[in-house]
Amino acid sequence: MFPKPIQSASPGAQIAYKTLLPISLILWLLPLIAVAVFSIKPDTDFTQGNYWGAPGSFEFVNNYGQVFFNSDMPRYMLNSVLITVPTMFGAVALSAMAGFALGIYKFKSNLLIFFMFVAGNFVPFQILMVPVRDLTLDMGLYNTKTGLVLFHIAFQTGFCTLFMRNFIRQLPFPLIEAARVEGVAEWRIFWYVVLPLMKPALAALAVLIFTFIWNDYFWAVVLTQGPESQPVTAGITSFNAQFRAAYHLMSAGSIVAALPPVLMFFLMQKHFIAGLTLGAVK
Amino acid sequence: MAIASNTDTPTNRGWYKRNEIAITPWLFLAPAILFFAVYVIIPIFQSINISFYDWDGLGEARWVGLDNYVELMDDGAFEVSLWNNLKWLLFYLLAIPAGLFIALFLNQTVAGIRIYKSLFFFPFVLSQVVVGLVFSWFYLPNEGLLSGILGWVGLGPVNVLGDPTLATYGIIAAGLWPQTAYCMILYLTGLNAVDPEQVEAARLDGAKGWKMLWYVIIPQLKPATFIAFVVTIIGALRSFDLISIMTNGGPFGQTRVLSFYMFEKALSEYGFRMGYGAAIAVVLFLIMLFFIAYFLWSMWKEDTDR
Repeated sequence: MFPKPIQSASPGAQIAYKTLLPISLILWLLPLIAVAVFSIKPDTDFTQGNYWGAPGSFEFVNNYGQVFFNSDMPRYMLNSVLITVPTMFGAVALSAMAGFALGIYKFKSNLLIFFMFVAGNFVPFQILMVPVRDLTLDMGLYNTKTGLVLFHIAFQTGFCTLFMRNFIRQLPFPLIEAARVEGVAEWRIFWYVVLPLMKPALAALAVLIFTFIWNDYFWAVVLTQGPESQPVTAGITSFNAQFRAAYHLMSAGSIVAALPPVLMFFLMQKHFIAGLTLGAVK
Repeated sequence: MAIASNTDTPTNRGWYKRNEIAITPWLFLAPAILFFAVYVIIPIFQSINISFYDWDGLGEARWVGLDNYVELMDDGAFEVSLWNNLKWLLFYLLAIPAGLFIALFLNQTVAGIRIYKSLFFFPFVLSQVVVGLVFSWFYLPNEGLLSGILGWVGLGPVNVLGDPTLATYGIIAAGLWPQTAYCMILYLTGLNAVDPEQVEAARLDGAKGWKMLWYVIIPQLKPATFIAFVVTIIGALRSFDLISIMTNGGPFGQTRVLSFYMFEKALSEYGFRMGYGAAIAVVLFLIMLFFIAYFLWSMWKEDTDR
């Protein structure tokens, strides 16, 4: 193990390490802690210039109540869910199939198609912006959740296919050959042999896509406007305009907006990290 | 295997059955290819095409050849954006050594270390919009925590985001926060897989500290470094959210990058110049293409080595 386990260091060093850990964590998360404190402060704290002192009073219920009952926030949150969840299923389904095709079968253009997905996934969004916006307008899907979902599914398929294909490559191939010898139809091999083995990959991708799409801002601004269809990342900026300089409400709003992916991360941590670090180890 | 019972013996071996192995992959690929072609591949070429036109997005598009690109050459705002993109590329890469440093710091087995690791990773899960808001409050000229801390050590307050020379660095620093967390998790996973026997052997040979890190550990972390490099470069060139939230390109347009400037030209109150915007996007794409080619080449080498 590197660096050397701290247990083999002097007792002084061990104590130093154990005190340094929480201190460094607090420094690392300082901006976030500040926002959390902001979100429970009363309005008067800010008008009186008490930004960083102790809260004048504890206004948790009040501030978060404002966010939930007195703003468009719940609507934006619902929009985000309605955009994120279908995208998650769509992208995972498409890429599981594509990954199966590219991972199992040997055909001439296999690597070429694979690299097309990989390369497309690295492309800067801006080169897609004008045509995708036009296409969405032409289909009558501008400012709808469907328009956003369709694009997200397509774009995420690039990354997901890369992931799925590499995962399927690591499965034991003799298993598939055995099924073929038994005369199992190819689509049954996919459904009954490969898919059950891919559960960890499916879970990892689902949580990753959830986080990526929930946090998307650029496409939300390009393809939607207004509270009927905008997700929470775009909504928070109009929230910003509504409560200009109301730091306590802005903070509460930001925390609410950030919560779903945070919960997802802490609940599905193993899958999340497995997904993000795929390929980091040979 | 359980599935064996599901099989039906084909009595009539039709055309599909005979060509099953050749056709199946294409059936499985069709939906993904269709979506990807319509929304990603074709739009790239459409954008390149639009960049040769003068078009407001509604009326008739007028062919202007290379005029948009010629105009870019003399556009001061474009030049600023290009330089800022370079700054982003260069300084965003600091996330890699910073992530490695934190990973080394946390790669211990003391009580509660798993919670520490998750909490250090936490910023990555936040949306860039939230990160942008959080940091813009952190940087507030008088009330901000940064000015508070600086005042505490006897330095005057700074208005990071209001200062044309500092603002871009301020935004990059905000971007480094989640990016460092990402690199950290990559390295933690990498460190987990470092071969303990090699480390022990090197220890017996008297290697330790920096030498050990440089000659034994970092070479073994190569796959993690590669991914960290890929995601950091892409992240740097995609930077848009933070700029839009924190400064909206200001002060005096000094924090624009290509992706932001393109959006501004094509889709904001500054006018709907689709052709000009597309030309900016093409330039950004060409920069990216250079990296994409390198990434694909590395992956291809990897794939054929196996």
